[in-house]
Amino acid sequence: MKATADPKGVLTGEHFLDGDWSCAEGALAAGCRFVAGYPITPSTETVERFGARIPTVGGLFIQMEDEIASSIAIQGAVWSGLKAMTVTSGPGFSLMMEHIGLAVMTETPCVFVDVQRGGPSTGLPTLPGQADMMQARWGSHGDYEIIAVCPNSPQESFDLTVHAFNLSEQYRVPVLVMLDECVGHMYEKVVIPKADEIEIFPRRWTAQPPGKYLPFQPEYDGWIPGMVKAGDGYFLHVTGLTHDEKGYPQMNAECQETCVRRLVDKIRKNADRIVRYEETSIAGADIAVIAYGITSRVAYAAMEMARSYGVKVGMLRPTVIWPFPETRIRKLAGKLKAFVVVEMNYGQMYYEVERLAAGKCETHLVGHGGGTVHDPEVILDTIMRAAGKR
Amino acid sequence: MADQAGVSSVRERARAFGVPKPRPVRAKIVIEWEQCKGCGFCVEFCPTGALKLSTEFNKKGYHPPVPDPEQCQDCGFCELVCPEFSIYSVDVTESESHGRSNGQDLVNESYR
Amino acid sequence: MKATANVKKAAHLAEPLLRMDRLPHIWCPGCGIGATVNCFASALAKCGIPREKIAVVSGIGCTGRVAGYVKLDSFHTTHGRPIPFATGLALGNPELKVVVYSGDGDIVAIGGNHFMHAARRNVSMTVICVNNFIYGMTGGQVAPTTPEEARATTAPYGCYEPPFNLPFLAKSCGAVYVARWTAMHIRHTTNSMVEAINKKGFSFIEIIAPCPTVYSRLNRLGDGLDMLKFYRENSEIRNGAATEDLDITFKGKIICGKFVDREAPTYLDRMNGQLQKVLKDRYVPWGVPSKTGLDRCVS
Repeated sequence: MKATADPKGVLTGEHFLDGDWSCAEGALAAGCRFVAGYPITPSTETVERFGARIPTVGGLFIQMEDEIASSIAIQGAVWSGLKAMTVTSGPGFSLMMEHIGLAVMTETPCVFVDVQRGGPSTGLPTLPGQADMMQARWGSHGDYEIIAVCPNSPQESFDLTVHAFNLSEQYRVPVLVMLDECVGHMYEKVVIPKADEIEIFPRRWTAQPPGKYLPFQPEYDGWIPGMVKAGDGYFLHVTGLTHDEKGYPQMNAECQETCVRRLVDKIRKNADRIVRYEETSIAGADIAVIAYGITSRVAYAAMEMARSYGVKVGMLRPTVIWPFPETRIRKLAGKLKAFVVVEMNYGQMYYEVERLAAGKCETHLVGHGGGTVHDPEVILDTIMRAAGKR
Repeated sequence: MADQAGVSSVRERARAFGVPKPRPVRAKIVIEWEQCKGCGFCVEFCPTGALKLSTEFNKKGYHPPVPDPEQCQDCGFCELVCPEFSIYSVDVTESESHGRSNGQDLVNESYR
Repeated sequence: MKATANVKKAAHLAEPLLRMDRLPHIWCPGCGIGATVNCFASALAKCGIPREKIAVVSGIGCTGRVAGYVKLDSFHTTHGRPIPFATGLALGNPELKVVVYSGDGDIVAIGGNHFMHAARRNVSMTVICVNNFIYGMTGGQVAPTTPEEARATTAPYGCYEPPFNLPFLAKSCGAVYVARWTAMHIRHTTNSMVEAINKKGFSFIEIIAPCPTVYSRLNRLGDGLDMLKFYRENSEIRNGAATEDLDITFKGKIICGKFVDREAPTYLDRMNGQLQKVLKDRYVPWGVPSKTGLDRCVS
């Protein structure tokens, strides 16, 4: 069922915005009316903008006392019937991990934005990094699957934030927007369409009346339970404990299997529908560069340079990065000579690519600790070596 | 039965204020025998001593209370203080006024 | 002679509130939490608010399990965090009456920061804190409310930290309603709950309750009944007492009562007031009753 954006939140027009600001605009366009956040460089501008805009749109921004409070206040707001988002960077992302797990377990649709910076620990607050990628996938304890998107421009920051809200409603799962300090702080032209041109996936409210409704019984697509909100007489019980379809805790292995298995499978078994990536010059390529976020823009330049030297190299850029495009990578591994994974860390998505290549082709990593974007010459060097030209 | 002279003087005074005549309360005490955990709160806090712990025990080994409905004034304290939601009194004053069953039947009907 | 049959009810007063299919509950014999739930059931029957509009949010711990037994919209969240969840819920839908029902460790240890700020902001919610002076669910560890010299598994030779005085803390942080009762003071507790639920702003009720399985056992204080008798002998009601005088010592007197009951603008009053003043016509108010209903856009 398709719907379009509520015009109240859509700032239609051509703008000159940075990634943080366009993320806030994306949230407003998607219908987000509650943001709870805590200041942390380089993400603060997102909540600042949302806080400045929301009073004239209708909604709430609250600066909570810490990231832990922010990451659960948004879930309270979702259960009151609103769409909600929180925004942070590395250290705050670490603090939010428990509540990402709570949102997964309680199937609370919400969006968490991580504007990555140099880490670990306090690291480089004002400089970029991409070293939270595995944390995005595995950061909370226990078994779970999650969805994460990865914009590489302020325009994409707008578009993919809207997409993140849509995915979270469709799959009743928290969705992570993995920005980085560069995309967050770079200013570019952002075109915000008219409200009726922005597709919104509406909340999957239950069709069941109170009494017949089971909060964790799949109602949509065979996987997703219908959503309700507090105050409508459903008297639902939501808990982070392993629970049955009624939402009642059941402390046994059978319930763990039914409950958690569905949470994992609802993403895993739909991965091919969720995955999204952009391919450039892949047809006929011997080498594929895999890059995401700001790094993909530098890698693109390196790819073009290599092509000018006659190397048949293309690029695969995931925009939905979790689930990772496994099917596609596995298929490409059989056709290519090598993958060159370029990321602003010492190897994170690289290990996914290596795993999926399964030895059928080479895998090379061009990584560094962050603080600045890659030098395209360094990426070019590895591409040329992989092509046997150096 | 209460002292007749005292009762009638109270009634005299009550009539002057339009207050309904006091009447003896009859109540039935209902106990969830299997749900009781024998904590003894109700026994201790009953203002008329209408409860005492039984010598028998339930499936979990606890000793639920034994009620004495004659003493019960339907104050509702046992119902509020019971942490197991397993005891309450029911005012049966009017319905019992036409031929009461004997005390033993009331005891037997009290357990669920 | 009235003709109507006078059987006033055929069930326990708490039954409409409880998820009967989940009883018997997990609390120990002699635990005071069930008694507080009776007070809550009684208060809900008296407070005049429809049950659909009441939401209960709890954290982790024995008292946190209350959310699972009440037949209301109930949320069993993470340890220490029911208050920020309740903030989101209460602000998101100001028509809801949000009750946070959790234990002393959950609310003032790990949750201390959130408690402070929600009270400071005067977000409309009622916090019912059942204080048993210990971490019961995990086996009896020391809590910030454990009296000095009392033993706990992580204070095996007696606690040497000064405990929090919860009414003092609540008042200092800005709560508009502060009361303390014990599990024995069931009618006072019920009345306090009715007042607190109907009050705008952040209300706090501390209910001192027995933990026979760990606190009383480790400290040789008897069982739950012995604790209730202790409360009866050693508690004193002093409504309006200065909250700094309400410290609890091990085996010492417990001062109960209603200590704070004042009016103050809530978070939403302040938010709407300030933004209206600055933005004038451009401001879209939140949660403010208007001619068409409560102003609150829901996507």
